[in-house]
Amino acid sequence: MKIHEYQAKEILKKYKVPVQDGIAIRDLSEVDDAISELQSRGINQFAVKSQIHAGGRGKGILYNPLNRDEVILEGGVKFTTSAEKAKDYAQKMLGNLLVTHQTGSEGKIVKTLFITEGLDYKKEFYLGILLDRAAAKNVIMGSTEGGVEIEKVAAETPEKIIKVWIDPAIGLQAYQARKLAFSLGLEGATFKSFVKFIALLYKAYEETDSSLLEINPLVITNDDRVVALDAKMNFDDNALERQKDIADFRDLDEEDPLEIEASKYNLNYIKLDGNVGCMVNGAGLAMATMDIIKLAGGEPANFLDVGGGANKETVSNGFKIILSDPNVKAILINIFGGIVRCDRVAQGVIDATGEMQINIPIVVRLEGTNAEEAAELLANSSLNFQVAKSLKEAAEKVTAVLKN
Amino acid sequence: MSILVDKKTRLVVQGITGSEGSFHTRQMVEYGTKVVAGVTPGKGGTKFETIPVYNTVAEAVKEQKANASIIFVPPAFAADAILEAVDAGVKLVICITEGIPAKDMLQVYNSIKSKDVVLIGPNCPGVISPGKAKIGIMPGFIHKKGRVGVVSRSGTLTYEAVKQLTDVKLGQTTCVGIGGDPIIGSNFTKIITMFNEDPETEGIVMIGEIGGSAEEEAADFIKKNVSKPVVGFIAGRTAPPGRRMGHAGAIISGGKGTAGEKMTVMKKAGIKVVESPAEIGTTMLKALEVAGSKKQIKKTVAVKTLNKKPAVKKSTKNSSETSSKTKKLLKKK
Repeated sequence: MKIHEYQAKEILKKYKVPVQDGIAIRDLSEVDDAISELQSRGINQFAVKSQIHAGGRGKGILYNPLNRDEVILEGGVKFTTSAEKAKDYAQKMLGNLLVTHQTGSEGKIVKTLFITEGLDYKKEFYLGILLDRAAAKNVIMGSTEGGVEIEKVAAETPEKIIKVWIDPAIGLQAYQARKLAFSLGLEGATFKSFVKFIALLYKAYEETDSSLLEINPLVITNDDRVVALDAKMNFDDNALERQKDIADFRDLDEEDPLEIEASKYNLNYIKLDGNVGCMVNGAGLAMATMDIIKLAGGEPANFLDVGGGANKETVSNGFKIILSDPNVKAILINIFGGIVRCDRVAQGVIDATGEMQINIPIVVRLEGTNAEEAAELLANSSLNFQVAKSLKEAAEKVTAVLKN
Repeated sequence: MSILVDKKTRLVVQGITGSEGSFHTRQMVEYGTKVVAGVTPGKGGTKFETIPVYNTVAEAVKEQKANASIIFVPPAFAADAILEAVDAGVKLVICITEGIPAKDMLQVYNSIKSKDVVLIGPNCPGVISPGKAKIGIMPGFIHKKGRVGVVSRSGTLTYEAVKQLTDVKLGQTTCVGIGGDPIIGSNFTKIITMFNEDPETEGIVMIGEIGGSAEEEAADFIKKNVSKPVVGFIAGRTAPPGRRMGHAGAIISGGKGTAGEKMTVMKKAGIKVVESPAEIGTTMLKALEVAGSKKQIKKTVAVKTLNKKPAVKKSTKNSSETSSKTKKLLKKK
């Protein structure tokens, strides 16, 4: 699960990790109060930051959502020493469409702003904690190349990334924190603050079941403080059950409405841009089915794993979700019935198709237990199914259907 | 032979009285697996059908000599269940449970990695050696005792590959679902090493998916160590970056772990990578035919060198022994 920067900083603050002071707002009417409040705390430089679940905000461009040709503002994160200017930026960001290299051309509407103190700093670093799957350990990565994309640094100058791996049994050790600090060329008071910063950051990562914690940039201010200027946190979905506070940070505005709808039916659905919808049991087979659609000349419109118990209800819910996407021109159903009986799935498909009056072609491939009975049921129904026996035949039928 | 499980496997089911546990226990018994015990804390002393239930795995090991365990307990308790099985001395632990937090698995993995135990999963369909034993949730009837080892991160996609191998009459020695999570007990390399050493396994099918770098590591191992034909497929060519495709481990992050990258590395390692998952069976059939004819030639050469009649018993083990002997002889000369 992803959260916003202001939420991540709220969490970090609880762990005493130094972050910028700031206030999040969701409505323009709150801007004046937020600025006054910050001023009353002695703050007179401001950063106005768009809050969306995508990176590259600073270099992004804000457009009028009703007229995509109209550029409202260049940069989704702005720094200013003027309270009036800060209010102006807030007005230009909130409610407009922010397009960054990570959002794709469709962009995202800015619904929340984080107005923070603006800091003067002399150095910026990168600091990240994530799971290294190959090593089966968490890894802390530090780099002097702060403020730029770490993927770029990794590709071009990998020697500038310093890594330490953490043994989960004993946790982060002081020498490891020192190693990072020395490698980044820190000394004196900032060295000490940095070592402390890392220890607190790792604690926050560990205790919240985070899967990624990135501070980019981490800055050394002109008055030698170590502060997280930005913060990105992702969490392990499997751990949300025991992290109720984190789960509450979920922002439905950032998710696709169809995906939210699908999750209500316990369907694992991801919307894509293609023209062939698919309904499959099992995640691996679902991905493979998407690949087959592509090989057959189509583009997958979605990923949909209906799970182990495919019955009439799951099939009709699946249809409902798939058909809500107007780009869908055909549907491929691919069920490998192991424990689940194919004839039952077939009956589910027939009932749901009949009730919902689906007019686009449906290619059905059912394999496994009672596959022959299932094929017979489909063939004998008055509905026009394209029944395929193998995966290969299913692909060919999809190609044929798309040509017509 | 086969790997990991066979007729000697004595299974304890952890979570035997739960709905998943009881359903699949019946299926495994029906397949012929020796299920010798069940464990449900608090229900010790009772029976599940004819199978004795114990409070702890240690008791099941002591009383019934269980040497393998399958875990069906809910995600919040699964890490504990794995550690209990390992502590009780079980040598093979198969964890079916999906949804275990990565942090728990990190601790489990690192605490058992130096111990004499094989963990399969979590979030996997289990292991089956057709005709011998099934420890998992896969449909037994699609399998057929045969010549190919299958290793995969997926469930139903594995069944698809298995069905194809059965249809082309190659069958399987053992099929191992290693699991779809980011941290799993056994990776491709570990299982492929076992298949490579198993004389009955003539070819290997590996089915990967987006995310991580386990396929690339296995490709490197195969290039250096495996002469048996390997057919590979990677699911998720059309998957968008940054999204978890059902499995917790199936995610392209930071531009890494794409299907294209994996396929390229695998091809370079000599693996026959299929573009379409529909071609796994036929590709393996062809690969084994080619390997078979090569072996035939090798054998003839070997026989000539040794000036000895062909072995009456036609087994891979013999032929590989012969060829290694031949190599030694050739070196001496």
